Amino acid sequence: MKLVTAVIKPHKWEDVREALETFGVTGMTVSEVSGYGRQKGHTEVYRGAEYDIALVPKIRLEIVVDDADAEDVVGIVVKTAQTGRIGDGKVWVSPVETVVRVRTGDKDEAAI
Amino acid sequence: MDGYYAFMLIATAFVLMMTVPALALFYGGMSRSKSVLNMIMMSFIAAAIVGILYVAVGWSMGFGGEGTFFANPFELFWLDGVTTDNYIYVMFQMTFAIITAALISGAVADRLKFSAWVVFLPLWAVIVYFPMAHMVFSCTDDSLICGRIGAQDYAGGTAVHINAGVAALVLVLLLGKRIGWPKEQMRPHNLTLTMLGAGMLWLGWYGFNVGSIVFGTTFDEDPTAFLAQFYSETGRTFANTTLATFAAILGWLLIERLLHGKATSLGAASGIVAGLVAITPAAGAVDIEGAVAIGFIAGGLCAWAVSLKYRLGYDDSLDVVGVHLVGGIVGTVLIGLFSTSEGAGGIDGLLYGGGFGSLGDQSLGVLVAVVYSGVLTTIIGLAIKYTIGLRLDEEDEVNGIDLAEHGESAYDLHSGSSGGGKSVLAASTSSTSSTEGANA
Repeated sequence: MKLVTAVIKPHKWEDVREALETFGVTGMTVSEVSGYGRQKGHTEVYRGAEYDIALVPKIRLEIVVDDADAEDVVGIVVKTAQTGRIGDGKVWVSPVETVVRVRTGDKDEAAI
Repeated sequence: MDGYYAFMLIATAFVLMMTVPALALFYGGMSRSKSVLNMIMMSFIAAAIVGILYVAVGWSMGFGGEGTFFANPFELFWLDGVTTDNYIYVMFQMTFAIITAALISGAVADRLKFSAWVVFLPLWAVIVYFPMAHMVFSCTDDSLICGRIGAQDYAGGTAVHINAGVAALVLVLLLGKRIGWPKEQMRPHNLTLTMLGAGMLWLGWYGFNVGSIVFGTTFDEDPTAFLAQFYSETGRTFANTTLATFAAILGWLLIERLLHGKATSLGAASGIVAGLVAITPAAGAVDIEGAVAIGFIAGGLCAWAVSLKYRLGYDDSLDVVGVHLVGGIVGTVLIGLFSTSEGAGGIDGLLYGGGFGSLGDQSLGVLVAVVYSGVLTTIIGLAIKYTIGLRLDEEDEVNGIDLAEHGESAYDLHSGSSGGGKSVLAASTSSTSSTEGANA
């Protein structure tokens, strides 16, 4: 099993969710996060005082999938979240040792 | 006369509205989200404390008789001897005392103990404001600024704005900078509140300036002259208040655009207040060209002056010095240039062929206000600093003064904010709903 983590632009999140649902992803964890990459922040001025706003708001998705689906899921996220402009985000995949469904105690593949 | 009385009822309510809630919102929006309630509370408590004290001794010290600095506080103690048909004039002056004290609060954001503010208010009102109001507004022959010096101040450039601005500077110097200033981000947390507050201040200012008319005769003595003055002078002060404010918005935005590249909404709100401050002393003295000039100069100069604190290193948090002290001085001194003998004071300024006399009187008036407020506020501030203390505990300041002093937090929007969202469930609920909201 793999954990696919994606950090994307907030306005793309609804498109990504729809595309993943169509593909068959049944659940995910979503959080509002902030950070920066090459996009950096921006500058705001209040009564002459300049503030560097370093952190940019993003949406983080976390999806646990079968090994076989990982590549497709990454592909879908990249395709739907892409605007081609700086600040589109990142997707990464990490191995998952074990998964348990809390309700039933099902393990691993059966729990996804 | 009926019309004048009805107008004073409205004007008085308007000026009270300038503090509660207009100034409270104007300042509250500019403060940080962890301090907004304390910022608002400082205005509300100023109204309660200074208001009652004004009725007790304020009116008597201001208008109870002769005196260079103040009149006998016990002559009209608790309005003894004041008939109820004169109460509205007491109330009108009371609202001035309230807003002057409340103006100071913007400078001390995030870090002044609430108890210190509660002790400061009555001391400052009795020792500084009530005498200053006598020196300027009572205008008895021996009163210092109006009677002896003869400086023109229609509605309080000296007594209100310079007075509050100097007091703010003194408190800031005694109190020190906020933790993290100026490196940490301390941007305004809600500029819509600030814009709303600025607009309400503007509305209230018509009560403040136009309501400050002082008649040369009574209605019973000479109805024709009374009404003639009422009509012409209120028209003048209303128009001047409006035009100076328009000009100050433009002045502020122009300087801001030149210095920092953008015309901002906070700049427009600040320009409004700077223009209103500057036209306050001059509302009756100048014609509409003079009003536009004073507004424009004040807007531009204040836009530049608010950056002085970064160069000089004093943390005047919401720019009480940059807007009220500087704007008050600009308006009061420029009367010396733009005053016209057709105006309320009957004096020509330098540009209207009156020579340097008026400019000298105005400058001396400013100097007296600065020195009086500066010296006495320093004594009051030091007395509080070395008894109960001025400054909030370091940890409380970092966590937020709202929580520390009032046990509340203004908003429960983010799971990460202090105070709100401590429970895991609350955090996940608000996070989910705001995610949906952001994408709706």
